[in-house]
Amino acid sequence: MRRAASLKGCATVDVAVYDSRMSTITLTVNGRAHTVDVEPSTPLLYILRNDLGLHGPRFGCGLGQCGACAVIINGVAVRSCVTPCSTVRSEVTTLEGLAKGGTLHPVQRAWIEEQVPACGFCQNGQIMTATALLARNPNPTDAQIREGMNNTLCRCMTYYRVQAAIKRAAVDMGRTA
Amino acid sequence: MTVFSSVPAHIERWLEESSAVSRRAFLKGSGFLVVTLGAAAAAGPFAVETAAQAAGPYPDPDFHQLDSWIVIHENNTATFYVGKTDCGQGTGTAFRQMMADELDIAYDKTTCVMGSTDVTVDQGGSGGSDAIQVDGWPMRRTAAEARRVLVEMAAAKFGVPVDQLAVRDAVVSLKADPTKRITYGELIGGKRFNVTLAGNNIDATTGTAKVKPVQDLAIVGQSPQRYDIPAKVDGTLTWAVDVKVPGMVHARNVKPPTAGARLVSVDESSVRGIPGFVRVVSKGNYVAVVCEREEQAIAAAKQLKVTWQKPATVPFPTSDDLFAFMRSATPTSRQNPAVKGDPDAAFARAAKVVEADYDMPFQGHTAFAPAHAMADPSNGQMTIYSNDMKSYGMRNGIAQFLDMPRDRVRVVWMEGPQGYGRTAADDAGFEAAFLAKEIGRPVRVQWMRNEETGWDTKGPAFAFRMRGGLDAQGNLVALDYDARAADYCHVGYNEPETVLIAQLMGRRRSTPAAGSAGLPSEMYEIANRRMASQVVGLPLVWETPLRTGNLRDPNGPQITFAAESFIDEMAAAAHADPVEFRLRMLSAATTDDSGFRRARSIAVVKAAAETFGWDRRPSPRPIGSGDVLTGRGIAYAFRNQTVVAEIAEVEVNRRTGRVWVKRIVCAHDCGLVINPEALRRTIEGGLLHSVSRALHEEVRFDGEKTTGVDWISHPTLRHADTPARIDVVLVNGDPNPKRPDLPHYGAGETSCKPMIAAVANAIFDATGVRLHRVPFRDARVLAALKAAHA
Repeated sequence: MRRAASLKGCATVDVAVYDSRMSTITLTVNGRAHTVDVEPSTPLLYILRNDLGLHGPRFGCGLGQCGACAVIINGVAVRSCVTPCSTVRSEVTTLEGLAKGGTLHPVQRAWIEEQVPACGFCQNGQIMTATALLARNPNPTDAQIREGMNNTLCRCMTYYRVQAAIKRAAVDMGRTA
Repeated sequence: MTVFSSVPAHIERWLEESSAVSRRAFLKGSGFLVVTLGAAAAAGPFAVETAAQAAGPYPDPDFHQLDSWIVIHENNTATFYVGKTDCGQGTGTAFRQMMADELDIAYDKTTCVMGSTDVTVDQGGSGGSDAIQVDGWPMRRTAAEARRVLVEMAAAKFGVPVDQLAVRDAVVSLKADPTKRITYGELIGGKRFNVTLAGNNIDATTGTAKVKPVQDLAIVGQSPQRYDIPAKVDGTLTWAVDVKVPGMVHARNVKPPTAGARLVSVDESSVRGIPGFVRVVSKGNYVAVVCEREEQAIAAAKQLKVTWQKPATVPFPTSDDLFAFMRSATPTSRQNPAVKGDPDAAFARAAKVVEADYDMPFQGHTAFAPAHAMADPSNGQMTIYSNDMKSYGMRNGIAQFLDMPRDRVRVVWMEGPQGYGRTAADDAGFEAAFLAKEIGRPVRVQWMRNEETGWDTKGPAFAFRMRGGLDAQGNLVALDYDARAADYCHVGYNEPETVLIAQLMGRRRSTPAAGSAGLPSEMYEIANRRMASQVVGLPLVWETPLRTGNLRDPNGPQITFAAESFIDEMAAAAHADPVEFRLRMLSAATTDDSGFRRARSIAVVKAAAETFGWDRRPSPRPIGSGDVLTGRGIAYAFRNQTVVAEIAEVEVNRRTGRVWVKRIVCAHDCGLVINPEALRRTIEGGLLHSVSRALHEEVRFDGEKTTGVDWISHPTLRHADTPARIDVVLVNGDPNPKRPDLPHYGAGETSCKPMIAAVANAIFDATGVRLHRVPFRDARVLAALKAAHA
């Protein structure tokens, strides 16, 4: 719901009305079920961060434009900042859930080998998006990497190393497959 | 490979809670350091005190005490405490390398704690790319002093003179009998050195020990992986955005909808029904909403009914009218022109005179994460958890802003999105502290995307006028440089009278800062020159989203865009190869070669050309007939004592106007290199940041507000723009490669400087069209191509 408030001679202020009905929501995240009592339109991001204490996904834009908040649902890198928690039906994997049995995911290993991050704030989005990309296309071409990663932003401009790490991870995953 | 965070969560919590308290007790000399963090990267660098803060006060660690810099633990490891912050360039790793080398301890037996005001000395945090160049020296000297003291302790223990002892990996042994040995941990583990250092200021801090000659450095010059990266990759790092304490609430700002708008009224009843609503706080034109949960605060800030009154006068021209405005404005200040030779006479004699104007828009930081901080007001004190690159300045600024004693305020520095100057004027920390004091509860503040992109500090817009004169032989014999920057009221570092919340509250300096424009930085010999600069202001001085602040290599990319584009124009007018034209002016120079500036300039220009495979010919090349035209351009610059030459190879699509920087070569000389692999990545980031500024970035505004508010309306570089190849050549001194007489200079920002000009010069080489206005977005390039070939 939105309504406009205006006063003569003053700027018009666009106003959104908050829907305050709370619901009990159950989410499966990184293999564990969690129940939270929140307003159903609450973006998944805030529940992951503030209720479940997961810090991999982070707020970058709140608009689904940058990728900082990316999580993997059904094999797809999803922007959790624009995903209402009540719409999540399948298991959510966050950056913390990529490692299995104390062993880092090959994408994470490649990230360390290539020393990709600068400040690192965007790297959740880079890693989660790359992981989903490699899961559906184990041998992407340079053009497919550029296209598949193009909506995942980095302001330290680590793109060159991100792309190198994706190629390294593809080789590593091919070797162990 | 194992997951790196191997410390169980409950142990980590205990370490975190006890470490800062015991650290303060240790520094007061009131006890042993009871917490040893164990080997290497357990919790050390990432430690944060997450419980409600312990009783203060928080006195400044004394830089004259060796114990303030270095602690040796009983398990023969060391922790270095330094007053810097790491903005993602790996400086913490470099500090460990430098200090471990001087201390004679293995790199992986050390940790580094940075930037928290109550436990580390005040080295000012980050800025100016001087961490390695300046702050690295007291770090090296204190580590050398610690080694000297430890060896003397061992000498006393063994009853031999120090020259009969050898040191390796934190073990002192008798040269004559290596079985007689003692570790640093056994000598002093967990105890204080109690050694007083000399030096009039922190940069001059020294003991009596000398640092090692370069030839004896073993860890410096290697590339250990950055210690901060694993936790950034496995999700275990606690960032400043992650800090939570019991009782914490969330705040969001409500910004004026237009620049200079006055708050008329706030209707708190419009949000009282939102669950978790705590309070609306407003003072002057600053408005914030506080709620128990984050999404509630976001919703409340959107829903709050606020009435604003627009200002009577227009705050600024539109971004399309900006340069006409700037060129006709009366300057607020002028620098006396720097004049060499007789420029007027030289222009009168010149065989050919070329004139050109260049325009560079406001460009934002647009940090990847919006500004954020958490402030805890418990115990009548204030602790701010922040990614402020200048945490020490923030502590002083907030103490003044809140009128609290300095020793009741501390800032805990934690990792955050890239700094590059934005967090030197950190608004969110001041806002969180103000709100925490008002509410009496810990408050976490985070800006929304539209606030950050719209209202962050901006790099100033520049309008340049250039004139050059060639003699009959095609030598540049006269040069006029005139720069005009929209930089009036440049905000300072965490000043309680210029941060945005202070401006909005009406708490301001009586005299706005003058701002600056600046001059080119190179070593060209040009016999007759005039270099002038002025600053102009926009109509709205305060409370404006066009407030200027330091943006990575402040003013450097703007100035070098104009200066090095124009050198290229003169080379083209002389029908000379752009590399040869530059080398001619560098080789002709006869003065000011302190630091081998001239020789090093020639070396980097040659190294870049050689690595690229530069074919010597004038620009532009014969224009091709296909849709995609290719070309290459070079630009060069100095920053402080670091010198770079950069070559861009571009593809220009003449149908769409799209420019792709396909390949970059950067030859870089910053003297002694501490960590070559980390340096390469830092350089790459700087290169691509400037490619982004060249191709995409511009702060757009109508007559009352900024109109770029997200990543669609304010684009940045993306994966698709990434060059296919980047070659970084670490030249490190000429004429002798790896000459050891060059000290470590700074490297964080120099690579940003010439890239915009290199891209412009490459576009000219490809198309014959000279672009005088940044950014080179598709539509602007297409229009320029059409205009040239009409």
